Amino acid sequence: MNSKKSGRRQFLKNSAALAGLAAGAITPAGAAPPASETVEQLHAYGQRSHFESWTRKGKHLWPPEGQSGTRDYGFRNPIQYQSGMITPAPLHFTISHGHEPRDIDPTQHRLLIHGMVDRPLIFSLDELKRLPSVSRFHFVECNANSGPTGPTGAARRAPTATAQDTHGLTSCSLWTGVPLSLLLQQAGVQKSATWMIAEGADPPHHLKSIPIEKGMDDCLVAYGQNGEAVRPEQGYPLRLIVAGWEGINNVKWLRRIKLVDQPYMDMRESTKYPSLRLDGKARWFQFELGPKSVITRPSGGQQMAGPGYYEISGLAWSGGGAIRRVEISTDNGKTWTDAQIQDPVARKAHTRFVFPWEWNGEQVVLQSRSTDERNEVQPTRDEISKIWHIDMDYYNTSTNLVGHFNAIQPWKINRDGSVLNALFL
Amino acid sequence: MRCFYKHLVFLAALTAGTAAWAQAPNYKNVGRAPTPDEIRAWDTAVGPAGKELPPGSGTAKEGADIFAEKCVVCHGPAGEGSQLAPRLVGGKGTLTTPQPVLTVGSYWAFATTIFDFIYKAMPRGQEGSLKPGQAYALTAFLLYKNDIIKDTDAIDAKTLPAIKMPNRDGFIPPQLKDIHDIKKRGCRLGHCP
Repeated sequence: MNSKKSGRRQFLKNSAALAGLAAGAITPAGAAPPASETVEQLHAYGQRSHFESWTRKGKHLWPPEGQSGTRDYGFRNPIQYQSGMITPAPLHFTISHGHEPRDIDPTQHRLLIHGMVDRPLIFSLDELKRLPSVSRFHFVECNANSGPTGPTGAARRAPTATAQDTHGLTSCSLWTGVPLSLLLQQAGVQKSATWMIAEGADPPHHLKSIPIEKGMDDCLVAYGQNGEAVRPEQGYPLRLIVAGWEGINNVKWLRRIKLVDQPYMDMRESTKYPSLRLDGKARWFQFELGPKSVITRPSGGQQMAGPGYYEISGLAWSGGGAIRRVEISTDNGKTWTDAQIQDPVARKAHTRFVFPWEWNGEQVVLQSRSTDERNEVQPTRDEISKIWHIDMDYYNTSTNLVGHFNAIQPWKINRDGSVLNALFL
Repeated sequence: MRCFYKHLVFLAALTAGTAAWAQAPNYKNVGRAPTPDEIRAWDTAVGPAGKELPPGSGTAKEGADIFAEKCVVCHGPAGEGSQLAPRLVGGKGTLTTPQPVLTVGSYWAFATTIFDFIYKAMPRGQEGSLKPGQAYALTAFLLYKNDIIKDTDAIDAKTLPAIKMPNRDGFIPPQLKDIHDIKKRGCRLGHCP
């Protein structure tokens, strides 16, 4: 069935290749292009200009070379430099959770559908590509994105945080593949099946339990991302796209779907992803991500050139469907004015908004607030705190990870043109 | 009349298409039936019912040696955790504090999850290298270190799913069957019941 040759040697090879990529990517702006690259090579597979130097940011401390440092919590997308609503595939955020990118031979890869079905089926990648395909814009977002507590909370709360630090764990692609519902109908799902488990070909076999209703709704078995094959670190050759739900559902290196009659309570879904409340009870299985938005220009860490005209621009998205409205406040939340929403507007996808604005050089706080097709409105930090019964102290001291934190993001512009993260200022 | 007839034909075609869709595969020679061996090779993930648990057995006493050999590098000699891996032992009484310590003993709801994760995902970098007996022994060791079983209790496919974890009742909703309805479950911020 699948290639078994990976193991440590292959992993080290992959790491070396990745390290090489990273080294290439941090070439400082203005450096000369590598002399060794021929014109043919430059034209064979295009590279961005070497003046464009922004990259994903993250830590990866595996295999361990020492015992210091913190565990890896993902490589964040430099969302503040993105234009439009598509994230370039090489910048799509990743969270490894110990699931390293694998060198999977697509001719050997298989997708098995079994369990409570009338006809168990196994597909090669070529066979999947013969089936009716669809292409859809969808974001993938970590449930901890923009969360102010837990292991990455301090960096997210810091006044110096950039939009990459605060909102870098979301990305949006045009995913191409076969609707999962089509494959499930081919297999003939039995009435007793109420859940499915989706499993990856990565060595620890990441697994996620998903209610069958979602499997029959808008899930996608994707082999394409932004016009080319899904990237290795995104699940090459197959990734399950579970539109609008917590990132963990979007199983990479997808090799198996089993129809079952209860969730399988994999380690992550049963011990890392429940929300622990103040009363000590934890809520299992929160799937859908709420409406969120962030202004990416101007945003934290950027520098205003001086008073004058600026287009405020940012991204909004919701797991509940399409973004219907984005409002901007330039007076610390006192008044709100509609921003213009730009095409394409897709369900469960990043949506670009813009707003014409003139900065008068005074201190100002900019905020954006999104509303989705269900008329759910993005809340403020204080509204979330009230619902969760937590105070400011909790954000600053608790180690408990608060997921699904979709508060309005304020950016403060100082008179000197510096832009600060004002969520906790 | 002609127009009506046309609609009728269209409707009939639509109905026939729907019926065929629901009953039989439509795409000839795309995909095939897997062999029983192919299914067996991959059908290894263990749910709370424990149906997929392999033969074998282990005790905490046996597990202590394996833990010392394979696990302490990341999890620490007493399962206290490190920068590389989480703490596995202790944490009782901390769930209502701002610094909750979430371990197998203080938090995890199902003992099957311990075996499943150790067997498929540990040790990191050598995933899949443990034999079922070793994974059972390590599971027993963690249960013992968290005061859930005795160090001589044998853990196997029968005993493991029957263990009630200390925090089994610490989750909402309490029963797995009650989290089935997506609409009720669609839970974020103020929408959690």
